[in-house]
Amino acid sequence: MTNGTAIVVGASHAGAQLAASLRQEGWDGEVVLLGDEATLPYQRPPLSKAYLAGKSTLQELTIRKAEFYAKQQIQLVDARVESIDRARGRVVLEGGRTLPYDKLALCTGGRARRLTIPGADLSGVHYLRTFADVEQIRESSQLGRRAVIIGGGYIGLETAASLHALGLDVTVVEAAERVLERVTAPEVSAFYERIHRDAGVTIHTGAVVEALSGEDRVRGVRLADGDELAADLVIVGIGIEPNTELAAAAGLLVDDGVVIDDHARTSDHDIVAAGDCASHLMGRYGRRIRLESVPSAGEQAKVAAATLCGNDRTIRALPWFWSDQYEVKLQIAGLNTGYDEVVLSGDPISDRDFSCFYLRAGELIAADCVNRPRDFVFSKRTIAQGLPVDRAELLTAGAT
Amino acid sequence: MGVVTFVSHDGEKHEAPLDEGQSLMQIAVDNMVPGIDGDCGGEAACGTCHVIVDAHWSDTVGLSEPVEEEMLSMNPERQPTSRLSCQMRVSQEWDGLIVQLPEFQM
Repeated sequence: MTNGTAIVVGASHAGAQLAASLRQEGWDGEVVLLGDEATLPYQRPPLSKAYLAGKSTLQELTIRKAEFYAKQQIQLVDARVESIDRARGRVVLEGGRTLPYDKLALCTGGRARRLTIPGADLSGVHYLRTFADVEQIRESSQLGRRAVIIGGGYIGLETAASLHALGLDVTVVEAAERVLERVTAPEVSAFYERIHRDAGVTIHTGAVVEALSGEDRVRGVRLADGDELAADLVIVGIGIEPNTELAAAAGLLVDDGVVIDDHARTSDHDIVAAGDCASHLMGRYGRRIRLESVPSAGEQAKVAAATLCGNDRTIRALPWFWSDQYEVKLQIAGLNTGYDEVVLSGDPISDRDFSCFYLRAGELIAADCVNRPRDFVFSKRTIAQGLPVDRAELLTAGAT
Repeated sequence: MGVVTFVSHDGEKHEAPLDEGQSLMQIAVDNMVPGIDGDCGGEAACGTCHVIVDAHWSDTVGLSEPVEEEMLSMNPERQPTSRLSCQMRVSQEWDGLIVQLPEFQM
């Protein structure tokens, strides 16, 4: 043993990958993976999709089986970290126990942003981030059929589709003028509003929620315009907040997320960070970005593990995302921030498959591909490699 | 329990126990086979679990399904026996299976 002890804080996508990658990169000391959910690390994206809709089991969500961690001598410990003592090189767990580390990895992820309006703490009001959250939503859905979802982002819309599949009456309330406003072009938003309405889901846009009503259990959602929507359960999907408090309290540089460099190193040489909690200055975009993406978490984790093992790897992959709603699979390549032109292939007003290509100064920077995997594969490669592309090529990229 | 072999682009062999009922991608991930990422967890959404089935085994394991084809068709390393290993449910008859890995995953 020459490497000493590596402690990974957080046992979701980034943490689980980082611990495994430490072995792959040659770490021969102890690896301790600290998580606070009392389950094996599991896939989070299906929670709002197949898992909520009852189409998969927790066992199927498990990223790797228990035997894997035993065989790789990765110690899974169910614990919450209270603080990091950098001067002494140790973490302090809740309850006071301390664990010394030689290298530390922060994969603390994020938590669902909380509603702060009156009635937000009524029972029947849920968030969707963890396996336990989904169990509670399922229980709640037995008590009544009317579900109101606050937030028309990806989590809100996926949840709407999944609860609809379970037979609930679903209403989505979005404060902005259209769903997915922050992340897609108006054409893509219009498409998603259409498919949800076609399925029988009610969508209210430009609707600000003022309060939740009910005695003990939520009974209604009151909008700023005075309307009240009846509700048996409410699911809040208004984004996540990164868990950066530990890092900040330990004096690490935090700017929205824990600041990391191209090698996933924080402002402390012995500490790396990866995943939803990390903020990376992305050369491709020329600015610091905190991505909420499983593939990015995986890549940052692999790079972070290499860095801790003294191997030279850098974070460089193109960000990408996916979303499943009904039978519609959306694959997103790149970030569309700053686009000045949209090229549509297919018709989002009438079709069930189309692609929305985002260009900046004539260059392809991102693509939303709806039931168009070929367009996605084409776009991912074109953008990642910075290849030139003309508009005619975009229209035929996905043709068979 | 049988064995499956993943051969990396540079010829290095990685053997893994054949775990019936699992996807081939999951077996690779459970055994830390380098070169199989499985970023999307088995949704056929990312194309990072591409394998090229040894020609002798193609009849036994079958060719790509339409959902795989969509992701593979634009891939420059695509071969006639290419599959997305997340869509390959492993059975006992696959004992001895050999698959090649591409140089780059998507």
